[in-house]
Amino acid sequence: MKKYAWRIYLCLIFAVLYIPILTLILFSFNETASTAKFAGFSLHWYKELFSSPETFTALRNTLILAVLSSLISTVIGTAAAEGIYKMKNKLAKSAVMSVTNIPMMNPEIVTGFSMMLLFVAVAGILRMEYESIGFAAMLIAHVTFCLPYVILSVLPRINELGDSLSEAALDLGCTPVQAFFKVKLPNIMPGVISGMAMAFTLSLDDFVISYFVGSSNFQTLPLLIYSMTKKKVTPDMYALSTLIVVAVFVLLLFSNMKKSKGETKKVGGGKK
Amino acid sequence: MAKLIELKGISKSYDSEKVIDSMDLYIRDGEFITLLGPSGCGKTTTLRIIGGFEQADEGELYFEGTEISSVPAYKRQINTVFQKYALFPHLNVYENIAFPLRLKKIKEEEVKEKVTEMLKMVALSGFENKSVSTLSGGQQQRVAIARALISHPKVLLLDEPLGALDLKLRKDMQNELKSIQQKIGITFIYVTHDQEEALSMSDTVVVMANGKIQQIGTPTDIYNEPKNAFVADFIGESNIIDGIMLEDKKVKLASHVFDCVDGGFEKNEPVDVVIRPEDVDVVEPERGMLIGTVTSVTFKGVHYEIIVDIKGFKWMIQSTDYVAPEKTIGIYIEPDAIHIMKKSEYSGKFGDYSSFSDEMDYISNADTAEEF
Amino acid sequence: MHSIAAAPHIFWAVLFVVLPLFIVVFYAFTDESGSFSPWNIAALADYFPIFLISLELAVIATCICLLLGYPLAYAIARAKPQHQKIFIMLLMLPMWTNLLIRTYSIMAILDDRGFLNTLFDTHFHIIGTKGAVIFGMVYDFLPYMVLPIYTCISKIDKHMWEAASDLGCSPIKVMTRVILPLSRSGIISGVTMVLVPCISTFYISQKLGGGTFELIGDTIERQFLNGARNIGAAISLVMMILILISLAVMNRFTDSDGEDGGIIV
Repeated sequence: MKKYAWRIYLCLIFAVLYIPILTLILFSFNETASTAKFAGFSLHWYKELFSSPETFTALRNTLILAVLSSLISTVIGTAAAEGIYKMKNKLAKSAVMSVTNIPMMNPEIVTGFSMMLLFVAVAGILRMEYESIGFAAMLIAHVTFCLPYVILSVLPRINELGDSLSEAALDLGCTPVQAFFKVKLPNIMPGVISGMAMAFTLSLDDFVISYFVGSSNFQTLPLLIYSMTKKKVTPDMYALSTLIVVAVFVLLLFSNMKKSKGETKKVGGGKK
Repeated sequence: MAKLIELKGISKSYDSEKVIDSMDLYIRDGEFITLLGPSGCGKTTTLRIIGGFEQADEGELYFEGTEISSVPAYKRQINTVFQKYALFPHLNVYENIAFPLRLKKIKEEEVKEKVTEMLKMVALSGFENKSVSTLSGGQQQRVAIARALISHPKVLLLDEPLGALDLKLRKDMQNELKSIQQKIGITFIYVTHDQEEALSMSDTVVVMANGKIQQIGTPTDIYNEPKNAFVADFIGESNIIDGIMLEDKKVKLASHVFDCVDGGFEKNEPVDVVIRPEDVDVVEPERGMLIGTVTSVTFKGVHYEIIVDIKGFKWMIQSTDYVAPEKTIGIYIEPDAIHIMKKSEYSGKFGDYSSFSDEMDYISNADTAEEF
Repeated sequence: MHSIAAAPHIFWAVLFVVLPLFIVVFYAFTDESGSFSPWNIAALADYFPIFLISLELAVIATCICLLLGYPLAYAIARAKPQHQKIFIMLLMLPMWTNLLIRTYSIMAILDDRGFLNTLFDTHFHIIGTKGAVIFGMVYDFLPYMVLPIYTCISKIDKHMWEAASDLGCSPIKVMTRVILPLSRSGIISGVTMVLVPCISTFYISQKLGGGTFELIGDTIERQFLNGARNIGAAISLVMMILILISLAVMNRFTDSDGEDGGIIV
């Protein structure tokens, strides 16, 4: 009896969670422009979507931004995690950690607003139009809010790994830099990868900060979606969202399958 | 044998707690030397200073006559077998052992030849492509040794390398380590808290406590001629009794005057007297030098461990004959079984078996894992 | 590698995190010509009702998230391992679907002439009420509540349930005396992760509030669009301080094991 109560509860919550997503998928195939009444199946809105140059530019921009910002934040963040691990002064360490956590703790709207003020000031000093530093501003903003997530993903791995492997590498003749790249990095790689994946998705998905920092000449998908929702929305946005949902779903499924495969392999090895 | 490594006045503190207190020690070329002591005595820290993983606060460290305190670990001709092996999980057995050679960009053929030779030495031929995580503890141990030896260091440091192995395997590895050391003829500096391991493998044993060296000597010296109550108690079992040296070769303890073989003390000087449990003979009360009551008897396989109350002091006696508890017995001790030590800061702290139990012994050995 | 490896990050954080916050402070205390002015801060009194309603809605939404999310996290954590994975994936999928789209979709469903009213031919008026905004907040941020709590509960030793009932706890007492206290750090990080975006949201209130009332996030956005940076900075500053204070207060309840919560990927 109790078991069924739990199941009903789970089903109910997930149903509510998925109804908006499912309706969105449904109406992306609608024949008419209505988002309330389903008139019949058609791929009309997908054609519309793919024939829009605006969407393609936004998609390209979003991907460029996500790739660059995740790469930069992963490099800086991984180095930072190693550096923070090596810090001996506890006070300095906690000070650095506090500053690191600010972009995660601060409301996005404040982060976005404050960075916008900085970039306006910088543009003023350089006597440039804000638009001309638009891309740089956006990239810097994205790296900034991705950094804490990379660090928090890598740092536990480094802590867990400890010093023993690095010391063994030094003992066997590695310079400290070699020891990091040849021994430490391969062993903290899962943390680095998941940090990078997180940075990538955060950048891909970010609206609030991009909205404040961005300028009209560098449109990303979330910004495009926002500008579309300001007007009367046509289901081509639904089509776009459907594609994103499917992409994310496939990605999640793939990474989960890979994970569980790796786990069974490990268990098998342990049994020997 | 020449001095290979020399420590002069080495001191080290962590958070104002002194771990090593102005230590002097030299290590000769080609010897198997063991740093032995309880957890927290500073033995691992000493090893880490020699290996280059820690900097001493004070003192000098010489290697072949040159000061090397500021030489980083990777430039020292000293390699280490770590406590938990520290094998690289992302590399297989072959690549783990080849690691030091890869750094020197040595040709693949030569690498292969050397690794094969090393694997043969540690009896792991055929394990090249195995992942290190699938190896047993003993096999991981061998890989760690092979990896540390492949670049021909002058010194091998071993930090409790057998601690994680079970008893049977530990004994086998002791013999194997000793024979590897004899085969390649380099200096081994070995750290352990296991006195039996130290006695059976080493040329020289350095007993440490509280960051200080208590005694340096051959295993027989250390066992037969302990310098103070700490060493006597830590190495094997000992009854340590307060005595008074009446004159050379005459010592009074438990109100009985014994003949002994030691001399060179002041007249009537208070001393610590060490008598090993296996050197005490159980006799009829009327024939005994001292008389006491048996309080407990434990069967230990090879012998019985008998605790005897003699005038309030509990002695431990090891005998192959069974003695019933509560029985009154006499004990007899040969003069050469009596070892006299000067009084030290450790006097009165060890060597009484009134609170003795196996459990206590277990607890004092179990905490070694927390050491630096 | 030494602690010097952290230098680029520290440099970056000082330049792009700390400096902008100082600029916010500067703007908050100056007028448009750049000279000192206390009036931005003084003018905040006008915005007090907005602060209040933002806080009210955010707190209600966070409480609902906790009440719905805790049992959900508990149920997932107690499910079979292979089921857990599926549930977590199902929970994360909406999270990685753009927030704007999800919110818009809710609007399209609940609208006066939306999917729901069309489907059942009814005339419920939902969009434009506080309830709709709260529903949107709960819907958008529920996964942020569930994931940290789930992580926390799933880390609790399975024997804990057996030990507690062995020692005489009824199932309810196992929950209140053992499991709830042990999952406290998850609850706190879940509450944080829901409360902060709820207080500062401007999108949800615009779409689901139907423009009938303004939240503090909307106010900042409006000032931003109007170019009224000084007053926007002053509001941002106050909001930031309020949030940092509440985070500090909450952190006092997590006995220094803050790393238990956080997001999992």
